[in-house]
Amino acid sequence: MKVQRLQILDDDGKLLNPDLEPNIPKETLIRALETMVQVRLLDEKGIRLQRQGKVTFHIFTKGQEAHVAAALALSDDDWVYPAYREHGIALFRGFSLEDLVNHLFANIKDKEKGRRLPGLFGSLKHNFVNPSAPIGTQIIQAAGTAYAMKMQKEEKVTAVFFGDGASSSNDFHSGLNFGGVTKSPVIFICQNNQWAISVPFRRQTAAENIVDRAKGYGIEGIQIDGNDFLAFYTAVKQARERALRGEGPTLIESITYRVTPHTSSDDPKAYRSEEEVKKWEQKDPIKRFKNYLIGKKYISEKDYEKMVERNSELLDELIDKAETLPKPGLSTLFDDVFETIPPYLLEEKEELLEFYKEA
Amino acid sequence: MVETNMVGAINMALREEMERDESVVVLGEDVGKDGGVFKVTAGLIDKFGPERILDTPLNESGIIGFAVGMALKGMRPVAEIQFIDFIWPAADQIISEAAKFRYRSGGEFTVPMVIRSPYGGGVKGAHYHSQSPESIFAHTAGIKIAVPSNPYEAKGLLLSAIRDPDPVLFMEPKRIYRAFTQEVPEGEYTIPLGEADVVREGSDVTLVSYGSMLHVTLDAALMAEEQHGISCEVINLRSIVPLDIETIGRSVTKTGRFISVSEAPRTAGFSAELSALVAERWIEYMESPIFRVTGYDTPFPMILESQYLPTPERVLAKIVESYNY
Repeated sequence: MKVQRLQILDDDGKLLNPDLEPNIPKETLIRALETMVQVRLLDEKGIRLQRQGKVTFHIFTKGQEAHVAAALALSDDDWVYPAYREHGIALFRGFSLEDLVNHLFANIKDKEKGRRLPGLFGSLKHNFVNPSAPIGTQIIQAAGTAYAMKMQKEEKVTAVFFGDGASSSNDFHSGLNFGGVTKSPVIFICQNNQWAISVPFRRQTAAENIVDRAKGYGIEGIQIDGNDFLAFYTAVKQARERALRGEGPTLIESITYRVTPHTSSDDPKAYRSEEEVKKWEQKDPIKRFKNYLIGKKYISEKDYEKMVERNSELLDELIDKAETLPKPGLSTLFDDVFETIPPYLLEEKEELLEFYKEA
Repeated sequence: MVETNMVGAINMALREEMERDESVVVLGEDVGKDGGVFKVTAGLIDKFGPERILDTPLNESGIIGFAVGMALKGMRPVAEIQFIDFIWPAADQIISEAAKFRYRSGGEFTVPMVIRSPYGGGVKGAHYHSQSPESIFAHTAGIKIAVPSNPYEAKGLLLSAIRDPDPVLFMEPKRIYRAFTQEVPEGEYTIPLGEADVVREGSDVTLVSYGSMLHVTLDAALMAEEQHGISCEVINLRSIVPLDIETIGRSVTKTGRFISVSEAPRTAGFSAELSALVAERWIEYMESPIFRVTGYDTPFPMILESQYLPTPERVLAKIVESYNY
């Protein structure tokens, strides 16, 4: 099936179609760019910290920063289920860089209490759901959350991110099917970044596009240039309006590319060419969005450089601070299994503490 | 008071709780107009409508994943898995999602939901309508497991399960769904999860069971008394997670003999856990080996199910062996 791909900015950040340009306040756009910059800096610093053995793991977002546009198109009250490369949405909603850095270090201030691989975090306050690691599980959960919103008669939607690999998971099928049948206000956002670790998109499905599946579930579908901030924003905004009108879910296929390894544990040289990566680097979402803002005279190249410098310094400070904080104590092992610790678990806890003589 | 069977008691619990708390939602296959294949949800759709009594697509992982998403957003879903033998597609959503959200999010995201499912043999249902997989979920951190053995318990435990802040697997012994009736109070009462019940006092042998096997165990205890003059104490666990270790301990330190009865396969079954527990804590009180009467390590049969399942006679044989050791 040949589909139309929504694109508003060209590869250099010039408006391809000025009629489609969304009307977003200048300050909001600049804050979005800053969030994208922060996410990229987290990548640069995160992988260095991992290589130095200071954090256990790093998961990259580079090349997929246009997802921040979804945070602008959604209301802060809407729920977002990230896959695990959507840190920018939490940050844009006010999740602090300090909290995120503490999380990376799994220190005593880490909200996840040192239980998760760095990058797998959530925040109830920011309606940003704590992600899993098994692929695709959040897709059906998002449909359930959206159904709950409908029952609670709230003017909210749920947006869920996942990758092209997840489009093969059973929970993708469950999610789109349950969402469609119940006409729940849910937006399915597939970040088709062409690679599920080492397996290329062509090995995930014989269908030409992931968005083709929408028809089979009786829901709306749209394909976008996923490195185009304005296209991303527009698609999510339209999907949200449809959902709130009671017209049900939308599947957005965002065509993007993972220019980095899958995680700090992966070496893509084994399975893909440098040329392919270089080709996609030309479509860098930050470059395009920055040029758009420069074109609109909202910022200058110098402003951008200062923005990078400022955030880099801020992150370095936060990292220095986070590094010195102690790790969560032994007794936290038994917290949050249940709301109240049952006697048998309390017994296990006392046994462990006694063995290691810690209070 | 209403004289009702277990199906009626569960239906009553759902109806009353849905009246009391509008965040309670029932979902599953055929739970609507059909009232469920065992009629447990009969009539609820007429009272609460198709949004709160949600007939879902035929997809178990979908049912549970959808319920997880609802629970995260403040609802109290009660999801039905038509037969617990069909639960495996949902294992990921139960084990890695529902049971882990609280822990993995540092206590922020919680999943107060109930999974109701008929389990167990004795209905000539063959392999895919008879199994008893509680030990797999008992091995899973973050989920509680309740197993009623009569209508009164079914209502009281289900109300506790729905109000619990954590996910609860509520296993319904379908063999005794309609086996007998009992007086069940209308309105509010709960039976806490984690409190066993000593249903028969005795001094010679401690018998521990739950669900439909409790009745097999009670029959055996009666036979032991009448035929051999052996006095058995029978403990009904009611919930296996959390487990009421204290009540078991009080009994075995008194009797010095222990037999657990469960219908699941023997190896690594919940009876194995009970045996280990007693051996670890109270071995010096024991006057005979710690025994278990269980199903066998085979797939669940059909024609031979009466031989596969523990019977009062098989339990009695172990009681006598234990007593005469």
